[in-house]
Amino acid sequence: MSTSSPVSLRRFLLGFALVALLVAGAVSYLASSSPDGLDSATTRGCETVETDAGETLVGDCIAQNASAHPLSDSPLADYTVGGRSHLTGVAGVIGATATFVVAGGLFWLLARARRNRTSP
Amino acid sequence: MHMSDGLINAPTSLLFVVVAVAGLSIAAWRARSELDERTAPMAGLVAAFIFAVQMVNFPILPGVSGHLLGGALAAILVGPYTGMLCVSIVLIVQALLFADGGLTALGANITNMAIIGVVVGYGVAVALRPLVVRRQRLRLRVLGGLAFAAALCGTVAASMGFVLEYAIGGHATSGDSTSLGAVAAYMLGAHVLIGIGEGLITAVTVTAVAKARPDLVYLLRTAPRRVEVRA
Repeated sequence: MSTSSPVSLRRFLLGFALVALLVAGAVSYLASSSPDGLDSATTRGCETVETDAGETLVGDCIAQNASAHPLSDSPLADYTVGGRSHLTGVAGVIGATATFVVAGGLFWLLARARRNRTSP
Repeated sequence: MHMSDGLINAPTSLLFVVVAVAGLSIAAWRARSELDERTAPMAGLVAAFIFAVQMVNFPILPGVSGHLLGGALAAILVGPYTGMLCVSIVLIVQALLFADGGLTALGANITNMAIIGVVVGYGVAVALRPLVVRRQRLRLRVLGGLAFAAALCGTVAASMGFVLEYAIGGHATSGDSTSLGAVAAYMLGAHVLIGIGEGLITAVTVTAVAKARPDLVYLLRTAPRRVEVRA
């Protein structure tokens, strides 16, 4: 189908990695801050009210049963760095890199397990 | 579509931890036949890419957004079992590093997005695959359409996973908007819209990879020989 010569694997993977880092590090600033489909489904029937202790849900909704995240004080919580939301891009790059290291490592081990199994 | 802790009761959370562990054990076992030295780094990048794109919530209605789940995308590019592991690792990193998605809810979140989303998305992709190979000249466009349909169906199915978990172990309240029917209808409507966004992102990504390196698209690489695609 394609007449152009294929991109080398190395070049392709580098390009793909750059796109992932660009999305995590820069495009992430364009994200909508509105609740997603599930969050808005679980907060239907409630209103968010600001109190001294923070935001509380008043009314009758599923999300009133939700508990605070046990790791909500962690340094990267809510895609910030130490609570600074203007560093979302930095948090994104750290997260994408961590995901690549964990996933790539696991897949490398699984690929090796296969080679050991199929070799005599 | 990450559930917080407490939305479903403890026994139901535990049940879906068991479902997720069983599913991922099978996935890890079977993923070995999808992976080699060439596709392992590709699969790692697919996971990183899904993490990145999941950060970018897009608006679907006034005051409501959605984000990519990535199940169909991962399955089409790197295979269904590896795809399940990709999305699961994203969810684990999000829960442990970014406090996004509860810890006891991790089993349910993996079941919805990494297992149901992948199984349904990949099933639709395989069902539509013969269309891609029959129309050689339009191949990229048809592949894009296939990716769109697979991603839309996977997203809606994943959202119904939450409805199932809520039906089994949700804390019911007296409000009209917390009845099972109301929750199911709202989730369905919202996730058809989110699924359109998921479909567009998936179609653009799969098409771009297929154009550059068709051999790196698992769905095309594993097409049955009688309908083999010439790259």
